[in-house]
Amino acid sequence: MAAQSFGLIATFDKTPDVYRAAEKVRDAGYRHWDVITPFPVHGLDKAMGLKRSIVPRISLAGGITGLVTGMTLVWWTGAVENPLIVGGKPMFSPIFAFPVSYELAILFTAFATIIGMFVVNGLPMHYHPVLKYDHIRRGMDDTFYIVIEARDPRFNLANTKALLAQAGGRDIQELEA
Amino acid sequence: MAHVEHAATAPALSASNGPAILQEVKPAVLPRAVLVQNHRSFSWITEKICGIIEGKTPVWWWVCFSVACFVASFTVAGLTYLVATGVGVWGHANPVNWAWDIVNFVFWIGIGHAGTLISAILCLLRQKWRTSINRAAEAMTIFAVVCAAIFPVFHVGRIWYAWYLFPIPNSNVIWQNFRSPLEWDVFAVSTYGTVSVLFWYVGMIPDLATLRDRFFFAGHKVRSFLYGVFAMGWRGSNRHWSNYEMAYLILAGISTPLVLSVHTIVSFDFAVSLIPGWHTTIFPPYFVAGAIFSGFGMVLTLILPLRAVFHLEDLITQYHIDCMCKITLATGTIVGYAYSIEFFIAWYSANPYEGFAFINRAFGHYAWAYWVMISCNVITPQLFWSRRVRNNTTLVWVLAIFVNVGMWFERFVIIVTSLARDFLPSSWGYYSPSVVEIFTFFGTFGVFSSLFLLFVRFLPLMPMAELKAVTPAADAHGHDHGDAARDGAAAPHPRHH
Repeated sequence: MAAQSFGLIATFDKTPDVYRAAEKVRDAGYRHWDVITPFPVHGLDKAMGLKRSIVPRISLAGGITGLVTGMTLVWWTGAVENPLIVGGKPMFSPIFAFPVSYELAILFTAFATIIGMFVVNGLPMHYHPVLKYDHIRRGMDDTFYIVIEARDPRFNLANTKALLAQAGGRDIQELEA
Repeated sequence: MAHVEHAATAPALSASNGPAILQEVKPAVLPRAVLVQNHRSFSWITEKICGIIEGKTPVWWWVCFSVACFVASFTVAGLTYLVATGVGVWGHANPVNWAWDIVNFVFWIGIGHAGTLISAILCLLRQKWRTSINRAAEAMTIFAVVCAAIFPVFHVGRIWYAWYLFPIPNSNVIWQNFRSPLEWDVFAVSTYGTVSVLFWYVGMIPDLATLRDRFFFAGHKVRSFLYGVFAMGWRGSNRHWSNYEMAYLILAGISTPLVLSVHTIVSFDFAVSLIPGWHTTIFPPYFVAGAIFSGFGMVLTLILPLRAVFHLEDLITQYHIDCMCKITLATGTIVGYAYSIEFFIAWYSANPYEGFAFINRAFGHYAWAYWVMISCNVITPQLFWSRRVRNNTTLVWVLAIFVNVGMWFERFVIIVTSLARDFLPSSWGYYSPSVVEIFTFFGTFGVFSSLFLLFVRFLPLMPMAELKAVTPAADAHGHDHGDAARDGAAAPHPRHH
């Protein structure tokens, strides 16, 4: 092998085709593989056997951090660092601290969600082997691909190729790493 | 009703052989509107939306952009004069020390709210028709927040001290007054602006990847690089889509309480004070409904010309226009109801100041503004009950303009009439805006339009990936082909769910 192989890529033209093929690859027991779709396909996570995303946990952590930050900010600035009586109101109360804490909870959740999504997805990554595939442009337009990586323990050039062909894939090619 | 009768008799017939009822009683398949007309393919959608960006800049764009920049220069001139001279160049004087600045602020921030409603609340409610308008509506939100922010920031007078709004340590060791709704507003609006930009950007990532690859293969390396940087190396991986869709859902989930809280806090600016006409508990829901009402007016104002210019009739169908008109009708009716309840409570509270404030609104010196508001906000939307009105795109556009005008007057009426006639007749006054104020406000329409035109020219006007997902061909189970009566992605999937 001259250039090291990243894996195999197979092309599918229709949503139901790639959905059924994904079920077959999942049932064959592959772990390191992926489906390239131009839009989120409803139910494909299940067909691939993916677990529920962990992004919500990161979001929750962000939200709690924001709420605590808001309360701490209002309490520390108003009641500790420089207490000033304004309008005869208490130095600190969770009631008047709530709007600011609420907004910060939302702000921190948003950042945690987006940064979390990028980190979990391993993005930004501008040099992935899939992006070097000649026809990948169609994957952002109207075509579907299944990629099975060579590092998968079940990967075997001939057998994996046969599986993809049997699942209905066309134009099955090796991807350079 | 045939299904119900069947269900009632089924247990007796099938008691011996298991849950036959579920097999026999099929849920009724309601006809759904087609969201992408004429069975357009995935690549047709890509070509259509990318074509707007890739094509030659149309002449009308340059004309509109030049006019918009000229109009925007009025804001620049007005603000430059204000900073050079002082905040006294605006028409504020006792007792009306808050007028067009806050009117314009609430007007613009309210317009923004429809964008978030479309992108977040309609996403949570699974209103799939949102897909063709949400990108443009979110852009509208961001540019409206930009216009809104101009007014409070410049009203501080010494603009170079605007950072005092934020809790940044300063040499006076004085912190912000977190007991004040105005400080809550700083956090609400800055969070709203930030989260709106993030939500907009995240939604755009897959489409930026499409543009990156298209420009790359068309030989435009620089443009491909620029779109590519922001596309973050997106490659359409379903492992990514899985996290992406979850993140998008969470952003929709947090933007919903955010948008409601922002206009609630804006209304607290008034409701927490003791001014008659402001000090009412109805303000938060009333302001939120008004914001969405005005925002849909602006969405219609922007979307209908774009639909005509770019021939997007297959993507923004009559069904979409109907939906937008109906939301305008619903929120406009809520606003009308709020006006009448305000009057009722003013009488029912038996508070003479409150009663006077409302009688004065309708019949006092500013009665002209009040009746402009009532005609635009209460009467105009009621025309949307008629299908014939909704089918007449030009008329819908004109009515949407009336909604915009009416909602500006609503804020004017609430703010100025209440301040001009407060408790002591000795301090009463009449407020008129100065030329500088008029110029500054007029110019914000240019700021808004020029930003929106840049968006139309350089960024995907509609979310291509989301649009493809609501076409029948996107259905993974393939039982929707040729069935024009149903929207494929929204149809039930009995076999796998």
